[in-house]
Formats: sequence, structure tokens, C-alpha cells
Amino acid sequence: MDYINIFIKSVFVDNMIFAFFLGMCSYLAVSKTVKTSAGLGIAVTFVLLITVPVNYLINKYLLSPGALAWLSPKLAEVDLSFLSLIMFIAVIAAIVQIVEMVIERFSPALYNSLGIFLPLIAVNCAVLSGSLFMQERGYANIGEATCFALGSGVGWFLAIVAIAAIREKLRYSAIPPALRGVGITFIITGLMGLAFMSFMGVKL
Amino acid sequence: MKNIELIKLPFSKNNPILVQVLGVCSCLAVTAQLKPAVVMALSVIVVVALANLIISLLRNTIPPRIRIIVQLVVVSTLVVLVDQVLKAYVYDVSKQLSVFVGLIITNCIVMGRLEAFAMSNPPLPSLLDGIGNGLGYSVVLVTLGFVRELLGSGTLWGYPVMERLGLYHIGYENNGLMIMPPMALILVGIIIWIHRTRNKDICEK
Repeated sequence: MDYINIFIKSVFVDNMIFAFFLGMCSYLAVSKTVKTSAGLGIAVTFVLLITVPVNYLINKYLLSPGALAWLSPKLAEVDLSFLSLIMFIAVIAAIVQIVEMVIERFSPALYNSLGIFLPLIAVNCAVLSGSLFMQERGYANIGEATCFALGSGVGWFLAIVAIAAIREKLRYSAIPPALRGVGITFIITGLMGLAFMSFMGVKL
Repeated sequence: MKNIELIKLPFSKNNPILVQVLGVCSCLAVTAQLKPAVVMALSVIVVVALANLIISLLRNTIPPRIRIIVQLVVVSTLVVLVDQVLKAYVYDVSKQLSVFVGLIITNCIVMGRLEAFAMSNPPLPSLLDGIGNGLGYSVVLVTLGFVRELLGSGTLWGYPVMERLGLYHIGYENNGLMIMPPMALILVGIIIWIHRTRNKDICEK
């Protein structure tokens, strides 16, 4: 599999939101205006782009069965994969914290516009699942894992910006009162998911 | 608040999925069949209840600045335990659930209840609140699993209901769309619609 193939596949075919429903909580909560949702989308892409390669290295050289063989042949039997959940979430929480401090130091404007969403990315399912899918699908090298991370981030960005644009228009339509807000957003996301399913048969 | 209310409220008036809109991610992906949905629901009940209890016991010793990390460590320890138990006893379901067991860590219901309730309440109410919210989540999950498996593949818990009823002979077809991911979203939308029509006071402006 080459890099562009993985990228396109993770943007459209395996879209985090429409194919796996990941990161739905912030997707539903933040998608009221295009501007804030674009900011959050960029932040999520950025965090994915850093955490997935780091977790890839941790998985390859520390956690997967026999990964410790490079330390000494005696450790070749050790399988630490049951620790991967804790390691991944710790790496993500730490990196989100670092990203937050770096952005605060070098770009206060971006920091202020992201506000509370930045620390909350640590508990965004899309970010953790990026690392978990990376582990499950067994990408061959760090380049492929990075392409997958970038693709998932861009896919998530596209999805949240699209729903935010639709919700801005929806404010002027006559929707039954009980369906307003969350209800109609679910149904529209479902319809968008149906549209994205047309990418499913695409062979690259 | 009375203890019984803590269990009762999350069922309808304050349902974590339908009203608070938390924990939606996992609820949609695992409900194509009834069995994984039930297993997932049980895992979430266990994790929410125990995490609430533990955090509530620790609440006076956790420094507020690093509470998110402490909560994440407690939750992920519980999730690793649940994951290992599932792998040991129901291996096929645990394969089907794949990453979604791990994603209980970032399930917003867990973090939400820890932040909103367990950090400021004594252990017993926190435990009950955890069980209540876990059950509220389970009701939606099991309903979705039931509808989607029955209409989508014509079976329930693997038992071929529609075939036994002889519906295929008179021209009944399974609705393949039901097991597709987008249909789960539309079904949740419809459940929210029905739920809010009955409870007018929680409608949005």
C-alpha cells in the first residue's frame, strides 16, 4: 500500500465520523458555527499527527509481542500489549498538555480562539482511536502510520465543518420542536454517512 | 437528592445519551447486533459504577489541577481489567467490539459523571449514580441492538426469528440498511424525537 492510497482511504472510506462515529461528543457539541468547528478540526488533526507516530514507535519498540528483543534476547518472550491502553492515553494526555503550552507560548491568538477545546482533545475518542486503529491494522512503517493519522484528522475536519455549515443554515428552517437541535443533527449526520458510504466500494 | 432518584432519573428525564448527548460514539458502532450491545452495556455499567466509587473515595486527596490525569488513570485501569475479562470469557464478542472496549476510557459518560458527580459527592450516592447512568446508557444501547438485529439480519441473539416465523416464504426481505452504520444515527435521531415529544420540557428552542 502506498502513502496516498492510505491517506485517501482514511479521509473518505474509513472516515472517523461517518464510518466509525468517533469523536461524536465534541462533533455534536461544538458544531454550531463554522469558525469554531474549523479551529477544533485543525487542533484534532494536529494532535493526531503527533500522537499516532509517537504511539507507533512505543507500540513497535516497547509493547507488541517480542518488541523488547532489541534490549536483550532474553526479553524476546515478553508481551506487554495489555499495557497499550494505559500507555496510549498517557502519551495522548501528555502531548496534549505540551501542545497546549507550546501554542500558549508562541501563538496566544490561536490559543485564545481554541479555549477549552484544547485540553478536551485528550478525551476525544477520535484521537485515542487513531492510536488503537493504528495498532490493530498493523501499518508497516512510521510513514504509513503518519499518513493514516493525517488522513483521519482531515476526514474529521471535513465532517465537522460540513455539519456546522448545514446547522448554520438549519437555524432558519421550520423543524418540529421535539426534533430541534440534537435530534435533527443526528438524522442529518446519518444521511451524510449514507452519502459517504458510496466511497466504500472504491478500489485504490 | 434521594438515592432512588439517582437510579431513576438517568432512565428518562436525564438520560445520558438522549438528553445529555454523552457517550454517543461507542453507542452507535456496537449496536448492529444484540449480543455485542449487551456486552458493551454491561462493561460500561461496571466501569462507570466502579470509577465513580473510586474517585468519590479519593475526592478529597486529588489536587484539582491534575484531576483529569488521575481520573484517566483510574478509568483506564478499570477498562484494562474489563478488556482482559472479556478476552478470557467471551473472546468472539471481544473481537467484534475491537477498539470500542478501549474507547470506554474516553467515553464522555464516564468522564462526565466523574466530573459532575463523583468529585463532589460521598461514595454511596456516587456508586448509585454510576449504576443509574450506566443503566440509562444500556437501555438505549439494547433498544438499538434489538431493532437493528431484528430488522437488519432477521435474528435475535443469533436465533433466526424471522425464518422460524416463516416470513421469508411470503416475500419478507431483511432491510440491509439497518446494519449499516448511518442507520444507527437516524434511529437515535428518531428515538430522541419520540422521547422529546413525550417530555416537552427538554426540547431545544
